[in-house]
Amino acid sequence: MSRPGARPRTLRILAGACALPLALAACGGGSEGSGGGSSTVKSLRVLDYYSNEPDKAVYQKTLEACGQEIGVTIDREAVPGDTLIAKVLQQSSSKTLPDVLMLDNPDLQQIAATGALAPLSDFDLSADGYAKGVVDASTYQGKLYGLQPVTNTIGLFYNKKLLAAAGVKVPTTWDELRSAAKTLTRGDQYGIAFSAINTYEGTWQFLPFMWSNGGDEKDIATQQTADALQLWVDLVKSGSASKSVVTWSQADVNDQFKAGKAAFMVNGPWQFPVLNEVSGLDYDVAVIPVPKAGMPSVAPLGGETWTVPQTGDASRQAAAAKVVACLNSDANQLALGKARQTVPTKTALLKQFVQENPSMAAFTDAVQTARSRTGELGEGWPKAATKIYTAVQAAMAGGKAPMAALQQAQAG
Amino acid sequence: MTDIQTPVGGGRTFAHRWQRGAAGKSSGRGARRAPRWSGRRRERVGQLLFLAPAVVYMLVFYGYPVVKNVVMGFQEYTTRTFFTGEAPWVGLANYREVMSSAIFGKAVANTVLFTVGSIAGQFTVGLLIALFFHRRFPWSGALRSLLLLPWLIPLIVTGAVWKWILDQDNGALNRGLRALHLVDTMPGWLTSTSLALVAVVLVNIWIGIPFNVTILYGGLQDIPEELYEAAALDGATGWRAFRYITWPLLRPVVGVVLVLGVVYTLRVLDIILGLTGGGPANATQTLATQSYQLSFVEFDFGQGAALGNLLVLVSLLCAVIYLRANRRLVDE
Repeated sequence: MSRPGARPRTLRILAGACALPLALAACGGGSEGSGGGSSTVKSLRVLDYYSNEPDKAVYQKTLEACGQEIGVTIDREAVPGDTLIAKVLQQSSSKTLPDVLMLDNPDLQQIAATGALAPLSDFDLSADGYAKGVVDASTYQGKLYGLQPVTNTIGLFYNKKLLAAAGVKVPTTWDELRSAAKTLTRGDQYGIAFSAINTYEGTWQFLPFMWSNGGDEKDIATQQTADALQLWVDLVKSGSASKSVVTWSQADVNDQFKAGKAAFMVNGPWQFPVLNEVSGLDYDVAVIPVPKAGMPSVAPLGGETWTVPQTGDASRQAAAAKVVACLNSDANQLALGKARQTVPTKTALLKQFVQENPSMAAFTDAVQTARSRTGELGEGWPKAATKIYTAVQAAMAGGKAPMAALQQAQAG
Repeated sequence: MTDIQTPVGGGRTFAHRWQRGAAGKSSGRGARRAPRWSGRRRERVGQLLFLAPAVVYMLVFYGYPVVKNVVMGFQEYTTRTFFTGEAPWVGLANYREVMSSAIFGKAVANTVLFTVGSIAGQFTVGLLIALFFHRRFPWSGALRSLLLLPWLIPLIVTGAVWKWILDQDNGALNRGLRALHLVDTMPGWLTSTSLALVAVVLVNIWIGIPFNVTILYGGLQDIPEELYEAAALDGATGWRAFRYITWPLLRPVVGVVLVLGVVYTLRVLDIILGLTGGGPANATQTLATQSYQLSFVEFDFGQGAALGNLLVLVSLLCAVIYLRANRRLVDE
């Protein structure tokens, strides 16, 4: 009855069982750096969310050119926008952060706060000559963590044909906007479309109205913010805007405008490629109207910033910083701005940029006075942004008076 | 090795062999022990090894997430935690925070309304359709399989299509209602705070009907035909047949459908996110959507987990109530 084979087999099974978790753990390994070695860097991992054309190809070309300049190959991964942060968090915990990381600018401070990013001063990079709002967004606790080559914001798109047919001038003040939108509302067509959805997108669209009127995210229960909210409420109540604005994302707003169902819309330059495909659609962009003539229009800054994560490998980080610097060179800022309908962030370049790209004039004007979302509250921004769209929804869908809605949202 | 392959479920033979092995050992080689494994021990190890894959699987894919979620509910678990690995213990702070937030009461009320409304609708319509198909008629098989369609469509697609149908200005539903002169002003199914929850419940009922029909129809098939024949002789047909034969015999199946329905409905997330995202003005915010919001939009994983744990607790409670009620039924 002796079974000589029994024991080794048991061991084999046991070994197999042990190997399973090991294999699982190894999956998270990836290319953990060679630990601060001075070995020459051959390739750099880049992570961004430009997963759609034309941005995907534009950045591929720019990154490859930068890689060539520095003498490294670029190993790039572009994930869909809404999955980027989850990916970054996952890579943070498995210590597999890329060498160069792109972040949406309002997310930078939150990620910098985790300690995952290296201050760019470590690599002798600075943001001298950049627009203030852009620098604010990429700064956390006094240190610069990212450089943003181009920025964007939102403006007032208008359908030239519809305006000309109704004899309406492009509005510059809230009163003009109210009456223009009213005149242009007829039949199936609304005067204006905007996004008042219950996400950060709704907040982003409300900011130019709130900020231009002197509202502030530190305390939203103020008369200035309430007046801005009242404007939005009035536009819907008077029928100039659809009640559906509370469910529309910016893409939905664009669909309405594209189909000629809205004469104005609030949106950004990333919609140009979609709109230019529509034959017969003649449109232009103006700065978002201000409360009273002569007041500055304060829009929120958009766009993405490029960072160097803490990968623990000094030579790779140094090379990564060179890529970030290259993406932000004067030539690349101008080229990216032109290719992606965005605005360079170095103020000295703006004059030349508008001369070469007249269609970007309104956005370029807006960017100079624009504000970053995280400049004031930093990590606290997401909470404030949630309060803002909560109040907007309570007033526009819930029927609350603007002031009451803001007070309730501010209280949390 | 056949002895080890005996299915564990066959309890009697298993115990029997086990005893036999033990007896054989004690009689034969009582003195020899240490160096070699005894047959009994070897068999035991073998059994454990065969259990190991299942146990490991359960622990890794069920045990770990549940335990992790419970622990996270007591931690300050934020974006920072991912990089530093530090998640300070905060006791009940997360629970205090989520339960005292302005939205909690509304989310609880919505969750209850959503669950009760969905279950009531799904079950009633499901039962009616199941009874209808219980009587065979030409094409009934094909029609019954068509009913499964809502089940086959990915939920996110369902959400997008219904959002389109329910659109206030251009949706098919409102266009239809207006063409039939049933409404003067077009109702804002997804934009009005008073209608949004109703709309979401209606869509969820539509999705849940196939599940209810399938299981209830199966239950009906199990009721012996003779009972109806005998009852018909005594004059019990139609409603009386349903009341005194169908319903009592369907009770166990009904219990299963309802409990599974409650557990599935409590955690519905995708359909609400697809239709309204919890809006407008939080009119369709439930505990599940709020937990998602906290964890994956605001990245406060501790609070999100706390809310998720409350939801798990409620589901568990429903299951326990069902099991106890079921046991009492069997005892009777």
